[in-house]
Parts: sequence; C-alpha cells; structure tokens
Amino acid sequence: MKIRRRDFLKMTSGAALSCGWQRLARAADAPTVYDLERFGNARILHLTDTHAQLLPVYFREPSVNIGIGEMQGRPPHLVGRAFLDHFGIRPDSADAYAFTSIDFEKSAGRFGKLGGFAHLKTLIDHLRNDVGHERSLLVDGGDMWQGTGLANTMQGADMVEAANLLGVEAMTGHWEFTYGEKTLRANLERFKGEFLAQNVYLTEEAAFNDAKALDPASGRVFEPYSIKEIGGYRVAVIGQAFPYVPIAHPKRFTPDWKFGIRDGELQKLTDGLRNTDKVDAVVLLSHNGMDVDLKLAGRITGIDVILGGHTHDAVPQSVPVTNAGGTTLVTNAGSNGKFLGVLDLELAKGKVSDLRYRLLPVFSELLKPDAAMVALIDKVRGAQAAAWSGKIATSDHLLYRRGNFSGPVDQLICDALRSELNAEIALSPGFRWGSTVLAGQTLTMEDVLAETAITYPETYVQGMTGSQIKDVLEDVCDNLFNADPYYQQGGDMVRVGGLSYTCTPAENIGRRISELKLANGRPLEAGKRYKVAGWASVNEQTGAAVWDVVARHLQSGKPPNRQTSGVTLKGVDDNPGIAGQG
Amino acid sequence: MITANGFSATRRPILRRKLLQGAGLVALFGLGDLPFGIAPALAAASDKYPEDAFKQKRDADAIKALYGTSAEASDKVKLDAPEIAENGAVVPVSVSTTFDNVTSIAFFVSENPNALAAHYKIPAGTLPNVANRLKMAKTCNVIAIVESGGKLYSATKEVKVTVGGCGG
Repeated sequence: MKIRRRDFLKMTSGAALSCGWQRLARAADAPTVYDLERFGNARILHLTDTHAQLLPVYFREPSVNIGIGEMQGRPPHLVGRAFLDHFGIRPDSADAYAFTSIDFEKSAGRFGKLGGFAHLKTLIDHLRNDVGHERSLLVDGGDMWQGTGLANTMQGADMVEAANLLGVEAMTGHWEFTYGEKTLRANLERFKGEFLAQNVYLTEEAAFNDAKALDPASGRVFEPYSIKEIGGYRVAVIGQAFPYVPIAHPKRFTPDWKFGIRDGELQKLTDGLRNTDKVDAVVLLSHNGMDVDLKLAGRITGIDVILGGHTHDAVPQSVPVTNAGGTTLVTNAGSNGKFLGVLDLELAKGKVSDLRYRLLPVFSELLKPDAAMVALIDKVRGAQAAAWSGKIATSDHLLYRRGNFSGPVDQLICDALRSELNAEIALSPGFRWGSTVLAGQTLTMEDVLAETAITYPETYVQGMTGSQIKDVLEDVCDNLFNADPYYQQGGDMVRVGGLSYTCTPAENIGRRISELKLANGRPLEAGKRYKVAGWASVNEQTGAAVWDVVARHLQSGKPPNRQTSGVTLKGVDDNPGIAGQG
Repeated sequence: MITANGFSATRRPILRRKLLQGAGLVALFGLGDLPFGIAPALAAASDKYPEDAFKQKRDADAIKALYGTSAEASDKVKLDAPEIAENGAVVPVSVSTTFDNVTSIAFFVSENPNALAAHYKIPAGTLPNVANRLKMAKTCNVIAIVESGGKLYSATKEVKVTVGGCGG
C-alpha cells in the first residue's frame, strides 16, 4: 500500500488531481487527494454509464476512437499520446492510466482498479459535504441499471437501491428501457430521485388507446425537466434519454414509445425555462453521445452546460461550443464508475457568471469504501454472486472490449460463437461497456456476464449471403462514421469472426467496406450463402444465451485464437484517434 | 387527399376524433341541403387521380409529371421527419409552412420504387399543415413540396432506414 501511495505521489499530474504534494502526503484513509479548491456557490456532481459496476473495475480506454470530417482530431476523438498532449497530462501518471490505454497493463499493477459504488459514495459525500449538501446536486446520465449479471437478473432493482443510497436526485435513461415499461415503472416507483426525458413520447397508436402519459396534450411519457433549488438559485435540469432506443434495441421492449433527438422541442423547453420560469441556469443531462451533443450545442440556445454520456468518452475538460445565444459547454464523463464529473458554478441572478469543470478519476485505492454501501452491495450480491464465483478459465492475455473495430473480449465471443455453433462467420455487437480482465486473472461466470448481460442474449445461426453480410457491416459502420452526428447511434463497429475486411471510414455508406475475406483467405462472394452465428439481435431469437455459449467454449479448453482483428483501415493514417490495435 | 403505398394519411389522434365528428356533420348537412349531383361533380374536378405522377420512378420525374415544373428549396417549408426511422415501414413525417395561398402539399421518397408518396389538395381557408406516414425502402431523401400562388417550394431531409442493433 505504501509503495502504491508513493506511486500516486509521483505520478499524479496536474490536469485532474490538482492538489499539492503535501496534502497528498498526509493522506491516510481520508480522501485528501480529492480536496478540491473551493469555487463558486453551487456544485453539480455527474455520474454516467456506470453500467451497474458496483465493485471497482479495470477498464481500458480505447486505443482506436476515430473522428471523421469535422470531428477529426478534436475531443473525444483523441487517443493515446495525442490525448495526453491535448489535455496536458503527464505520461506515466495516474491520470494517463485512467484516461488512456498507454501502458495499461503495467499501470494497472501500480494504480489498481477504479470506481466501485462504495468508493464513489465516499467521494460523493466528501465533495457534497465540502460545499454543503443544500448547495450541491447529484445527477446520473443513465446506463446505471445494466451491465452485470446481477443487474440483469434483478432487472435493475439492485441499482435503484444503490442509486438511492448514493443520493442520485435526477437521472435519464438508455439501457434502463430494455427492461420494458412495466419493470422500468416499478423501478422508478422505488427510485427516490426523478427520471427526466424530454424526448420520449407515446406513439400515435398508444395515445389513441389512452396509454399512460405524463399529459395527453403533449404525449410526453416522462417529466422533461426539473427545477432544483441550489443555494437560493434555481437550476433547471432537462433530461435527454438515448434518442435511438427502439432502433438500437428490440422494439418489443418499448412498443408504446417513440424517441428521437427532438431538438426543436428542446429549444421550446429551454425558451420556456428562460423566459417564463426565469431560471438562473439550464443544464442538459444527456444520453445523446458526445458528437451529437457537440452538434446540438451549436444549434440550441440557452443551455449553459450539457452533462453528457452514452459514448463513454472520458474527457477531462469541458468543450465550449458557440451558438446564436452564446456558449454552451459540453462534457462527457466516461463509464463504469471510473470517473465523477464535478461542475462548480458561480450562480447569479438569471445567469451563470463563471464555472469550473473537471472529471475526477475515481482511484479505488485512495478512497475508503463507505460502510453502508459495502453492506448494501454485500446484501444485493448475496447468493447470486457466490453461485457465479467458480473458476471457468484463466485469461492468458489482456481482455478488453473498447475500440472502434475490435477487442480481445469480442474476439473471444466470436470464437465461441463460431466454434460452439459450428458457423463460418460470427457477428458480435460493438458495445462499449464490459470490464477489462488482466492476463493471469481468473475468469468466472460473473466476468462472462459482465461482458454479455442483456435482456436479449439469445444466440442465432442463420444463412446470409455475402452481400447481406456486407450490407450489415456498411449499415453499422455508418452509425459510427456518418459525417452528420445526428445520424450516428453511438456504440462501436459490429465485431466479426472468421472474416476480415478493409474499412475506409471517410467514405459514404455503401463504399466503406471492401476486400471481405473468409478465414481461409478466399474472398466473400456476394451471391453465396454463409452460415453466420451471432447474438443480441433486434429480432426475437431462440438460441442459447450467449453467456452459456461463451462459458462452454472457455471450459472446453480450446487454444485461444491469436489472430488480430482482421480489419485494415484506409485513409486514416494520420488520424489522432488511432494509437494501436482495436 | 390521395396516398400511395396503401398507407392512409394520419393526424394526431385527438385531432382525428374531432375531425371525424366534423366530417359527420358536414355529411349530414350535405345530404339535407346540397342540390343532388353538385358535390360529386366538384369532387371529380378537383380530385383527379394523378396516375402518371404516381407511376414515375424518380422524384424529379414525379414532380414534373405532377406539377409540370420544378421546385425551389425554401426554409419557409418546415419538414419534420426523424433522422433515423424507428420503423422504415411507417415513418412519421409532417409539413407546415408560412406561405399563403397554399393549394397543395406533396411528399416524395427519392429511393422508393415510385417516388411520389402522397399528394394533398389544400382547399382555400385550410391551414397548410399535413402529417403522413411513409413506407421507405431504404435510407434516402424525403422531399416535401408546397404549392403556393402557382409556385413550388421544397424542403428535403435525409431519413436513415437502418437494420438496427449494436447500440452502445
């Protein structure tokens, strides 16, 4: 522990942990490293995309996060060294470990895991007590109820309890919707905060059939915003749920609801809050994804800050965007409980006169876990965790998921699908959640579930022609690299097994994917049918759950596939969004 | 009101209930007071089915067949359509405009087998505000055309039709 602490002393750079060495030196178990310089008269803490990671995790940030066109070379599309240079973070520092993939394995041994709800609770309480509870607010940007076997089994109920104990006062949603309306509403009954979503409406059929809505006139399903009193000022928090829930996930979970970005409605709301309610500040709690938020910030006037999530971009500083009404700051607060966004505001009558934003890495070893949260986590994990604790295999190399095109976790899943379901080709979704496993770590069912636990895990095997396979790749690739962020969905490229291809991200849809080849080197033929295995289909499937398929494959003891991702990139040679494989 | 693709035009449900009641009243009134024979004759004159326009494959050809001229883009035509369709079979679109003397509004889907999707005649004194659902074969432009004072104005938006899945 002492050596670890000395490492932090040496390696913590000024960018996020801006405290002095001496204060660090007297850190025992008090979170002195997190004593922030006082600023302003209100503090908003922002958590997002924790993906139900109640316990501290390893999570490797991407080494490939390409931005195309206007997005090229600007946050969040910077990785590795380019990221450190842009944000002034010292290589080899604890921050470099938290924010980038550089020397991940080496640094993981030095700085340990990040996040964990008991550690977050300690940090959040500390930062709230620091300014006084009535001058602070804790908001969550969604994707808190999904990402582990436990959350999937309990349908998010465990996370509602954790959110309540953490003191979350407002949230919006994305994966929360994949439990379906009934479960979502039951969970929200128990949630002590507010669920905000300005962009969720009844479909016309549901409205005609008098389905439950917030008010029949607007057709909105949830409260669009909440006005919070903070230190005598009024701050409006508007919720923006993930705009593409029924497209990215099976429509059957939310048959009565329609989504979308709906920035026109957002402008009306903001105007009303400014002109009628006369609020002093407007904050958008967004699950749009950072590229969408950056575009939106340039079109909508009257929003002070967008606290963003979805794309899991850990961006240390806010990005200012000018629009017709002034400037809106855009943030994105990473994922898996690794980070906590701290927005300190100097509020004045009708305006924010100054502010400071920082994204704090949550180094678990520097924070004493909160006893009440530890007890809650032990209670909810209970017997279930014990049942999943048996060793299935030992990882022989670093397993991570994040990256635009591929990662070892998904290569493993694709191997499992091809081998267990006897298919030539495998497809696996490019999710951005799922924790990282170090080489030599024991793999349990709980680990497998942390990469696969969704409400539509069924596998499938189907015949697809070469041209259908190419169409799928083109379609998903456009969701990632469309020049207009409003046409992107977030998430990464669909992962492939038994197939290699060349991708030209800057091309248009239909022209990005070329040179498709099978594992045996033969070209994929447009008219020929191939046996394709996959999971997480938006259409209803009946195959075994993917976690069982993966576990079976791991238990079979087959040698791991050492092939690289098989994706060759074209036209992005100098893109600062590339720093290695993935 | 004429629609293609077998999808009827829809409005907001509450409005539709009121409109349905209103239509009922007009019909009763018509039965009682209009001289027999005049109403069908009027309908025939103004609602001639533009068969040729609906048969055209390309949007430019359909616009020409329908109007005999082309449209100029205008930001006074407000086209509301999703960026990404939740269901390509029923894509909700609507158009409104601040132009006066609007006599017709039409929707085109550029990559559908037949580009013209719907053509509405707007009677004098009617708010030029139409909502429709479009069946879309694939990602392409949706074009709305407003005819005002004998001139054509358009708004275009790309609507993406995607296979879905794989969201973060």
